[in-house]
Amino acid sequence: MLDISDLHVSVDDTEVLHDINLHIGQGETHVLMGPNGSGKSTLLKAVMGFGGYTITSGSIVFKGKDITGMPIHERAHLGIGMMFQHPPAISGLKLGKLLTATSNLGGDAIEALAQSVNMEHFLARDTNVGFSGGEIKRSEILQLKVQQPDFVMLDEPESGVDLENMNLMGKEIAGLLEKDVHIVNRRRSGLIITHTGYILDYLEADQGHVLIDGQIRCHGNPREILRVVKEKGYGECLRCKQI
Amino acid sequence: MQTDITDMEQLSQEDRERLALTGLEVGMQNRCGSFFQIDQNVIQTTCGAEGIEMLPIKAALEKYDWVKDYYWNAVPRDKDKYTQYLAKQEDPQGLVVIAHEGTKVAMPLQACLFLREEPVQHVHNLFIAREGSEINIISGCASSWQKEHGAHIGVTEIYVGKGAKVTSTMIHNWNPGISVFPRSATIIEEDGTFLSNYVCMQPVNRINMYPTARLVGKHAVARFSSIVVATPGSTLDLGSRAILGAEHTSAELVTRAITTGGTIISRGHILGEKDDTRGHIECRGLILKDGIIHAIPEIEGTLTGTELSHEAAVGKIARHEIEYLMTRGLSEEEATATIIRGFLDVKISGLPAVLQEQIDAAIDKAESGF
Repeated sequence: MLDISDLHVSVDDTEVLHDINLHIGQGETHVLMGPNGSGKSTLLKAVMGFGGYTITSGSIVFKGKDITGMPIHERAHLGIGMMFQHPPAISGLKLGKLLTATSNLGGDAIEALAQSVNMEHFLARDTNVGFSGGEIKRSEILQLKVQQPDFVMLDEPESGVDLENMNLMGKEIAGLLEKDVHIVNRRRSGLIITHTGYILDYLEADQGHVLIDGQIRCHGNPREILRVVKEKGYGECLRCKQI
Repeated sequence: MQTDITDMEQLSQEDRERLALTGLEVGMQNRCGSFFQIDQNVIQTTCGAEGIEMLPIKAALEKYDWVKDYYWNAVPRDKDKYTQYLAKQEDPQGLVVIAHEGTKVAMPLQACLFLREEPVQHVHNLFIAREGSEINIISGCASSWQKEHGAHIGVTEIYVGKGAKVTSTMIHNWNPGISVFPRSATIIEEDGTFLSNYVCMQPVNRINMYPTARLVGKHAVARFSSIVVATPGSTLDLGSRAILGAEHTSAELVTRAITTGGTIISRGHILGEKDDTRGHIECRGLILKDGIIHAIPEIEGTLTGTELSHEAAVGKIARHEIEYLMTRGLSEEEATATIIRGFLDVKISGLPAVLQEQIDAAIDKAESGF
């Protein structure tokens, strides 16, 4: 579904990602770990197509289409979605209005989706304005449930979320990634940035990657990588050869 | 010069459309009263609501002796050259609305002032809401689509009696060559509420106004909301002032300003001169294309018992907000328009739905030009 080849990304003329290669197949969920500032969010933003993240070489291919230079909204139409860690607050733009503007769903369908993530009382509120940590995550999940992307990138879904919300979030993310569908028939793919690995309590991930200083240092079983990082820190990964 | 038009229905289709954008309903379906003045001629004055009177100003001064006490009271005759010009007119035109004691009407009254052929239109309006009454007035001011140059000078004096509530919504729809000089003032008595909404999103040469509300009775409330767009060649020098002249009074002045190349000077002044008074000025400006937005908020307190604040911000649309909406599938243009629409969405509490619809329609019309 997603093929990233020899990707180099610069921010403000400084190269932040070096020679990234990543392949995510249909139905697969990958986990991206790494210390703060290693370039994880940059990778997600480059895949989404944000301005300010300049691809100096390499390519991003999605569903067989080279999207390296494609505008953000066209990537969204192709089926890429993203859950923000710190989405902007947009005053005056009601969440409900945003959802109707970005989908073909009717008011009743949106209301039902909002109820499923306890957000029905937020539809009339300005998007993300004054939302708590958990509310922001639920707002993001709701937007993705409306959008139904085939490939969803999640930037630290656990951060700032209390236990009760984490439970809801975990189940909803598993739903977005069609974890209830048999592995053979699963179509949705995902890339999840996690520091704590709590999300793995709610869903199985197929692959884990460790990003350090803008380079992917190792691939492997996500739980095993998580265990090593918990025990020995990222120092162990630094010793890994660059793949 | 006498206009040949004697009925709104006789206006050209183009002009009727321009008027519709200022909130005028020719068919009167959602209006309980209507006043229509073309240049210096009053074409229509009708009012179907009991307890409410709409009268041309000369008729009102003749009918009620006490109306003269309100005439040139809130606004002084010698305030400036525009009021002086109006004061020396032998044949004053304009509208007097009287809401008699305790009369509450939710459906708006409409006042339409249309500049069609004459070089200068002058009007003098009085809105008098007596004790316990509630009225909504929608004033649409426009010029004919074929009118290239001209001026509109208007004095409006508004009196909000004890416990009364006046909602005044003014929508302007001028032409690039028209200059506009409204001079208005409001006096609010105890427990009175005054809500003023102003929308101007179409090209104009120059608008200059600085309406003042004097809160003279305890617990009086005033709120001014303005939504303005300055297109290239337009200069909008606007502001509002509130004088908190009694205990427990409060005022809020909210402005949303967009320039697409024109100049906006957004003034605001709140004077807190009695105990337990509160005031807030908020001005947010978006510069979509190079132009000028100059916010001048002034807060002035004279004793410890007043709390005044202001916030002002001028800039462009944040890139990350546009990109956020693009990740949900909106194109850059759609995302920008959606954010601008939100920016202009000033929450006006207590505004009747029909007035909000009018404001929304004016925004929708302007939005296509962004």
